[in-house]
Amino acid sequence: MISANLSAVFYLVSGILFILALRGLSSPDTSRKGNYFGIAGMIIAIVVTFLSIGNFSTSLSYVIIFLLIGGALGAFIAFKIPMTAMPELVAGFHSLVGLAAVFVAIAAFLNPEAFNLGIVGDIKLASLIEMSIGAAVGAITFSGSIIAFLKLRGIMSGSPITFGGQHFLNLLLGIGIFVLIFYLCKTQSTNIFWILVLISFLVGILLIIPIGGADMPVVISMLNSYSGWAAAGIGFTLENTALIITGALVGSSGAILSYIMCKAMNRSFVSVILGGFGADNSTDSKKDKQDQKPVKSGNAEDAAFLMKNASSVIIVPGYGMAVAQAQHALREMVDKLKKNDIKVTYAIHPVAGRMPGHMNVLLAEANVPYDEVFELEDINNDFANSDVAFVIGANDVTNPVAKTDPKSPIFGMPVLDVEKCKSVLFVKRSLSPGYAGIDNELFYKDNTLMLFADAKKMTEDIVKNLD
Amino acid sequence: MEIDPFIFRLSIFILSIFIGYYVVWSVTPSLHTPLMSVTNAISSVIIVGAIIAALAGSSGDIFDVSSIFGYIAIVLAAINIFGGFLVTQRMLQMYKKKKDKKK
Repeated sequence: MISANLSAVFYLVSGILFILALRGLSSPDTSRKGNYFGIAGMIIAIVVTFLSIGNFSTSLSYVIIFLLIGGALGAFIAFKIPMTAMPELVAGFHSLVGLAAVFVAIAAFLNPEAFNLGIVGDIKLASLIEMSIGAAVGAITFSGSIIAFLKLRGIMSGSPITFGGQHFLNLLLGIGIFVLIFYLCKTQSTNIFWILVLISFLVGILLIIPIGGADMPVVISMLNSYSGWAAAGIGFTLENTALIITGALVGSSGAILSYIMCKAMNRSFVSVILGGFGADNSTDSKKDKQDQKPVKSGNAEDAAFLMKNASSVIIVPGYGMAVAQAQHALREMVDKLKKNDIKVTYAIHPVAGRMPGHMNVLLAEANVPYDEVFELEDINNDFANSDVAFVIGANDVTNPVAKTDPKSPIFGMPVLDVEKCKSVLFVKRSLSPGYAGIDNELFYKDNTLMLFADAKKMTEDIVKNLD
Repeated sequence: MEIDPFIFRLSIFILSIFIGYYVVWSVTPSLHTPLMSVTNAISSVIIVGAIIAALAGSSGDIFDVSSIFGYIAIVLAAINIFGGFLVTQRMLQMYKKKKDKKK
């Protein structure tokens, strides 16, 4: 058994190692080392906890068994999961953090002596507030992440579910949580604690169902943030520095990512949370317009010809590429182009994909070197000097309307200046509007050639024609 | 008058938010997905609380209600810890520079 002071120092060390783990992610070179720091921090925290309890009775063997069961499951998932499924995986993991926070809070509530928080029925006020906040945020994280998971996995429809009085109900339940916490502190009643947890579960569900599929990058980041705050709440309860530091880090990390994602869509955080985006746009009138405007469409041969004669090509991948699993075929195509001394780069919009950085991971998986992949602000000026833009699976993020039409719902959203390229190849299954429910002007430009096909099939055909 | 230890913890908390703020802004956007998976893994340090809860049961009653919650929380957090770090590692291994490309 080690002293409380010594273990507090070790928890601080593990908190610092976690900071270094995040710091490492500032560049891919240092990131792997960063991950080891994180693992080291975790091992220190767990070992110190065992040592500080010093209770090496039979329960310890159960603890180790359960730890290994969870670990084996986690490792299995980590090795099996395809990279396209990362958003679901992360959402699933968030739900586990949330639920773990709820369970720890419940355990602390039922057995406060073990945590030095007082006795049942007379838990210290501060601890009670901290644990009920931890439990409530944890429960919201859990059920919210489950909904996000189901939507991302396609088990639940990605379209927003809205009903009258929804926001009012959410507000009411939100206030209800605070009232319950207040009464919990007054009465220390177990029943109120359970009701608090249940209502929080409900709030999590209600919070995420109105949010549509393409707002998922914001949702995932937001739930990331929540899982951090839940951990911090529990950290205060347990008076554990490692947990407080980590909770704060994760909380602010998720908040920053949400902010970046919202900014990339030019939407306010509030409007994302209120949801319903992309469902209510009346696209009928726009569909008529589509039929009238002429569209140039081509086949793989034309595309191959255009690219062969180009000196520089910029690839613009989007979620559609992930759905079609076209990243490997794309890489093959790029290899062929490079053999002909054509300069190829990739342009990634911050909200391409279903989570922050999703496209980068998929390209990395397909062995695309990361120094050929550029973010919007770094590459946007290059479109004007490039011969071909190859848009695969992206749509709204290339729509020039965002720059020209103040009435458009996506006006002001930063977009890739694809139309400035000499020619644009647009791989898409049909002319249907993207997620924002608006028509893409790019389809009708003179320099755009539409390639109507499945992204993977089209890319493979182009590869054949490049020989 | 003595300062409540809560204030110290609050200070750590607030300062850590600031550290998180600056550290996360310096994360390159191409690594945002690994950032999420690693934050996931580290927030599972909540396992510390789960272990305390699980070991709190008296030796005669290893499976009382609160330690059962502790055991389940251990499993959940362990899935996250192993899964989170390993999947992050797997992703980070894939990020390669141009030079490494030709094996």
